[in-house]
Amino acid sequence: MSTPILEIRDVSKRFVKTLDVAGKIASRLGADMREETVHAVDSVTLSIAPGEVLGLVGESGCGKSTLGRVVAGIHAATEGQVLYQGRDIAKLKGRERRDATLAIQMIFQDPFASLNPRMRVEDIIGEAPRVHGLVAPADAPDYVDEVMEKVGLDPSLKKRYAHQFSGGQRQRIGIARALAVKPKFLVCDEAIAALDVSIQAQVINLFMDLREDLGLTYLFISHDLSVVEHIADRVAIMYLGRIVESATTEEIFTNPHHPYTKALLAEAPRLDQRQRDFAPIVGEIPSPLDPPPGCHFNPRCPIVQDRCRANRPDLRYITPTREVACHFWQNT
Amino acid sequence: MTPVLQVSGLKTHFFTRAGVVKAVDGVDFSVAKGEVMGLVGESGSGKSITGFSILGLIDPPGRIVEGSVRFNGVELANAPEAALQTLRGNRIAMIFQDPMMTLNPVLRIDTQMMEAIAAHERVDRKTAWQRSRDALGLVGIPSPEERLRAYPHQLSGGMRQRVAIAIAFLNRPDLIIADEPTTALDVTIQGQIIHEAQKLTHQMGTAMIWITHDLAVVAGLADRISVMYAGRIVEQGPTDSVIDRPLHPYTVGLLGSVPTSNKRGERLFQIEGMTPNMLALPEGCAFAPRCRRANGACARQPQIEDIAGRAVRCFHPHTAAAAE
Repeated sequence: MSTPILEIRDVSKRFVKTLDVAGKIASRLGADMREETVHAVDSVTLSIAPGEVLGLVGESGCGKSTLGRVVAGIHAATEGQVLYQGRDIAKLKGRERRDATLAIQMIFQDPFASLNPRMRVEDIIGEAPRVHGLVAPADAPDYVDEVMEKVGLDPSLKKRYAHQFSGGQRQRIGIARALAVKPKFLVCDEAIAALDVSIQAQVINLFMDLREDLGLTYLFISHDLSVVEHIADRVAIMYLGRIVESATTEEIFTNPHHPYTKALLAEAPRLDQRQRDFAPIVGEIPSPLDPPPGCHFNPRCPIVQDRCRANRPDLRYITPTREVACHFWQNT
Repeated sequence: MTPVLQVSGLKTHFFTRAGVVKAVDGVDFSVAKGEVMGLVGESGSGKSITGFSILGLIDPPGRIVEGSVRFNGVELANAPEAALQTLRGNRIAMIFQDPMMTLNPVLRIDTQMMEAIAAHERVDRKTAWQRSRDALGLVGIPSPEERLRAYPHQLSGGMRQRVAIAIAFLNRPDLIIADEPTTALDVTIQGQIIHEAQKLTHQMGTAMIWITHDLAVVAGLADRISVMYAGRIVEQGPTDSVIDRPLHPYTVGLLGSVPTSNKRGERLFQIEGMTPNMLALPEGCAFAPRCRRANGACARQPQIEDIAGRAVRCFHPHTAAAAE
């Protein structure tokens, strides 16, 4: 394997809700109030090769978006390192730091909330490259036209505001904004979840074309298994802040090993399954404020044993391309 | 067998300042006892407004301008409010996308459930409470006695939707209209909710209209599928034939744009253009501007035709493909 373009080493992200003054007084007086800590991401290690699409799948609250934001530099990791082309981004300075941050861009879920309603499209797309000196001010208008064409938007609409566009077009504006700083790596956080089915297909095709034309690498975060299966080369499954299984797309979808992956695949509705009897797994995702000890999946797991309640299973390579975090993956 | 619900020629229009929005413009379908009908469409196709029209939940500037909604032989379109009230929550129930639309945030679950029973029947509190508890048990809520004392905010999203479903089934209705009930939920919770709904319709013989944008959900659940586009049903038929051998170019496009395992890594089929502006629909077929098969004939409005046991609204259906 070539050197990874991006590596995440033991990254954890915790959100702590500290007590306010009233809370501190109450706890001094004996009330049961403590600081609350959410382990959104719990020592996750991942590496992504240049040109690869890694799908990150999980249900709401599993920490997949937080991980994406740590990678994109929106949140700082509480522990661990994010390496871009082998170098720790947090330790880079000056120009190198800027280049590394510009190389990783993010595309957000909600094309309504992530575009400034008071800016014209030409400014939304053109601001960052101008500020960072990627284009000369005189060339900026042509550059904006070029980027808009690349994502399938008509450049004659660049004087308009975001609200004058449909959802699919707005998502294209978001993609154009990310592409304008010539990134190498895109974090797509549920980038197509808010779109209608027929528009989803258009945006998925756009992502695939851009990958081919610009040699982009993606971290593609989604809860939609069929979309990930379609676009990703490798898939990592996340549950309550931890990766429970990662393998090539083929392996995950034809032969899942972790009981949670199996359950997810069984639950996902598919066109080729008719009149099926839905036989769901029990329970819900526990609160990340108070995760169960040992393996986080143990209260819902069909093959749980005593060891799962006591010890956390490590994520181990069981073949050169597949990692699983389960004590009893051989039994599944 | 007479259908539980017979909708014919239903038109619900909204008279806004910007113009008339023909949200539902000539919809026909029927649902039989114990049958699940999947009503599929993208945002703005009128699928939810169809559901609201059946229950008489259309507020001004909208109103039902034409057509009939016959429920067990009784006409509901523009029926007096009092008549509708005895039916709503009793013989016809609705499950919404967001359970917080059904649940009152300042009332406990037991208050809300017992109220739904007492609104339609004279029962004592104890019986009402017992029926509420049993209903929660039926939708798979653990320790229902405790949950009855909870407020909606103390429950997770999946639990709230179960409570909403329990309330819908409380009075053993003849018809349930479910409007995207699992869209806001996670995959594993969605599986659980569909499982409960499916079990209850089988047990009680309830007819159900399942409104969704997700073809994959209704593929596994519905007996029949109606595909809506711009206020009209463009294709209607048994689930298997609609999904395996779609006739209308829109259905063909929708199915083609869903990623499946046998298309991995390939370009998806994409329907060009955008979902239509309901204020400026074309004269003829609303799908024509996005349709690859469209020609001069599509400037007129296609009528519903019966092709191989299916109702299709198109001048150029994919009949050759369907014959294979």
